Amino acid sequence: MIDSSLRWVDDRLGIAKGGRTFLDKIFPDHWSFMLGEIALYSFVVLLGTGVFLSLYYIPSAHEIVYHGGYLPLQGQKVSEAYASSVGLSFDVKSGLLMRQAHHWSADIFLGSIAVHMARVFFTGAFRKPREFNWIVGVTMLLLGIVNGFLGYSLPDDLVSGTGIRIAYSILESIPLAGSYLGTFLFGGNYPGNGIIIPRFYLLHILIVPALIVGLLAAHLGLLVKQKHTQFKGRGKTEHNVVGSPMFPTFMAKTTGFLFVTTAVTFILAGFAQINPIWQFGQYEPFQISYAVQPDWYMGWLDGALRIMPSWEFVGWGHTIPLEVLLPAVIFPGIIFNVFFAWPFIEARHTNDLAYHNLLDRPRDRPKRTGAGAMMLMLMFMVFGASSTDVLANFFQVPLNSVLWFFRIAVPLIPVITYFVTVKICEEMRGAEGIGKRKPPNVVHRSASGEFSTVPAEARPGDGHEELEAVPVPAFIDMVPADLATGPGIRRVMR
Amino acid sequence: MSDESPKAPSLAPVSLEDPHLQPYAKHPGRAEALAAAAMVIGFLGFIGFGITYWISDQTQWEAATLGGGMLALGVGAIAWGKYLMPQGPFVEERHDFHSTEAERDAMTAAIVERGGMVVQRRKVLGGLFALGSTAMGVVIAFPLIRSLGPKPATSRQATNTDTSLFATNWKENSQLVTADGRIVKVADLDVGGVLTVFPKGHEGSSPDQTILIRLAQIGPDDPPFQLESPGRTDWGVQGYVAYSKMCTHLGCPVGLYQKLTQQLVCPCHQSIFNVASGCIPEFGPAPRPLPQLPLKVDAFGNLRSQSGYQQAIGPGFWERP
Repeated sequence: MIDSSLRWVDDRLGIAKGGRTFLDKIFPDHWSFMLGEIALYSFVVLLGTGVFLSLYYIPSAHEIVYHGGYLPLQGQKVSEAYASSVGLSFDVKSGLLMRQAHHWSADIFLGSIAVHMARVFFTGAFRKPREFNWIVGVTMLLLGIVNGFLGYSLPDDLVSGTGIRIAYSILESIPLAGSYLGTFLFGGNYPGNGIIIPRFYLLHILIVPALIVGLLAAHLGLLVKQKHTQFKGRGKTEHNVVGSPMFPTFMAKTTGFLFVTTAVTFILAGFAQINPIWQFGQYEPFQISYAVQPDWYMGWLDGALRIMPSWEFVGWGHTIPLEVLLPAVIFPGIIFNVFFAWPFIEARHTNDLAYHNLLDRPRDRPKRTGAGAMMLMLMFMVFGASSTDVLANFFQVPLNSVLWFFRIAVPLIPVITYFVTVKICEEMRGAEGIGKRKPPNVVHRSASGEFSTVPAEARPGDGHEELEAVPVPAFIDMVPADLATGPGIRRVMR
Repeated sequence: MSDESPKAPSLAPVSLEDPHLQPYAKHPGRAEALAAAAMVIGFLGFIGFGITYWISDQTQWEAATLGGGMLALGVGAIAWGKYLMPQGPFVEERHDFHSTEAERDAMTAAIVERGGMVVQRRKVLGGLFALGSTAMGVVIAFPLIRSLGPKPATSRQATNTDTSLFATNWKENSQLVTADGRIVKVADLDVGGVLTVFPKGHEGSSPDQTILIRLAQIGPDDPPFQLESPGRTDWGVQGYVAYSKMCTHLGCPVGLYQKLTQQLVCPCHQSIFNVASGCIPEFGPAPRPLPQLPLKVDAFGNLRSQSGYQQAIGPGFWERP
């Protein structure tokens, strides 16, 4: 059955050779390789729940009178976008679950991308020949952030409307083009002629996801072509990959992991409320609530806006709002350019033109690890700065003190982090026997009371047998026989 | 294994007893029982979700049954893969995927020499084609960009709030009304009270949003309330002042009024404006004071504006002088 269908296809497409290689593709067994899978599977959840939501959501700013299941809104004038968002939460069966799963999986998607990116960075997996895939990945991070913002802007609730207002003002701050970008995109001066919601919808459900799907295909295609990196270890070289085969082992594990990722998303969606738009109410440009904060992946930009001093430049009949332009346009521009350029910056700095398929331990590259820790700390600090008001309330300290803390801490603490990290890495590298299992020691006490430590001699029970890695067998003799084909077994001493 | 001896995939059959094909689990029976139990729980979870959907549509039960089902089924599949499938380790050789020098040279030659040959022979055609496609690229951008929306009115005299960042609908003598159109009278607010107001006919309009604050209880015949800003001593009336509610930082509504310190706070990025001294920014990223709206009281005790705003409201932009 399988044989004859495969022959039929292979006659036409010639897939057997490549297909066999694909089924034999080796996946190194390391937990950190699972982080990218979380991102991939959250994206699957995003697409699935997103299709469900798009069946009910109406991308329109048109004002209607609400007549739905949520009684506090009964009879109020709301936009169709807001009414349909509330409607798909309360009047569509399973709708609330799907909407919250969509929102949660967006947060998980970007979170797992960030952690996956950190893994790739700290282990040097971005080095030659994988620079393309690093760039593709950074682009997907950027698109993911953009699409997250577009998505949570769609319900037209008070929080999302405030976000759109801020986005408009950021556009407005761009010299020369700002006012034009604003009126072109919004169909007029803020809030525009209502066209922004259908435009965001188009971008959110078609254009940006299509770009992400294309890049995702490239990301995975490059991964198959260039094969996985792996950590150093017995039998692992620059010229091989050791681990589990695509079929069946990895496929079983990763399918299970798809289910687990989806499960966690749906359990969060059912038990942890996220973005309760019916509590925020319909967006009105003159209304606002306390503790206005974006989703976590936008927090770093919000934090940068908060701690920026009020340095507006005025001169020659023009205004350059540096207090907006620097933190919201230039700062993320620099950050993403550094991300994109990092493989080339590092290769130039280290003058390293070689292929790298074996991963680094972070401690072995103190400067890179320091730079990564510095970037993470910078992101963490500006993210913290997006909660100045909440922190001031929580710790009962004046808002001014919190703001000044962050104004000093944001530039200072990442630099300190760099030097501390470099120092820690160097210390770790210098330690004797680092990364190796410690041999048993025998402590002797001499007649004069002096102690000395001597490594113990190998004893019969110290070693264990370990299998040598072999190519995935094509044919298995399904009739059990005696151990005719002797595998390579090696004895490993502790 | 050394780096220099890549192995070709073996086509010889291996025995089912080969240790590489044995499960990772020390007790395969237990692992199988675990995986089976998980998959049964998963199955029951999905049945539970089906029932929940039809009888109650209760979000928590849906999440528990669907999520629980997927979790259990996923754990079962992972246990199957991790503990019961061939443990390996297996290896795959990497092959250099870069081409040989000769192939690279041939590719370069194909581009440079073949292309060069064509362009050298027909320079004019190459130039014309480049010219044509550039022109196409430029003109296609016109509808793509220019059709999106109206051009902003960059003149300070422009009056249409749909296109001008300078304009509001506040004119001389505009009547102050609330968002739902109620006329605002001088007796409406006590000291410390605030109200969001609009010019009559433009209720709820974004650029016109104005915050009306009563700073003091002053009768019509008392000496006027002294604002600290020079030249604006008569902009308030009977203890009332009015400022644009649009933050000069990023345009959020400056909606929090702290009565005790007479400060307006923007909830978005915590800019703080001192109301008693002309709403100058005292703290945070806002660069400019909130523009003030001059007020008066008409013969019927209704609040009106003396004039419109005398400067652009809201955040900064390039054309703002």
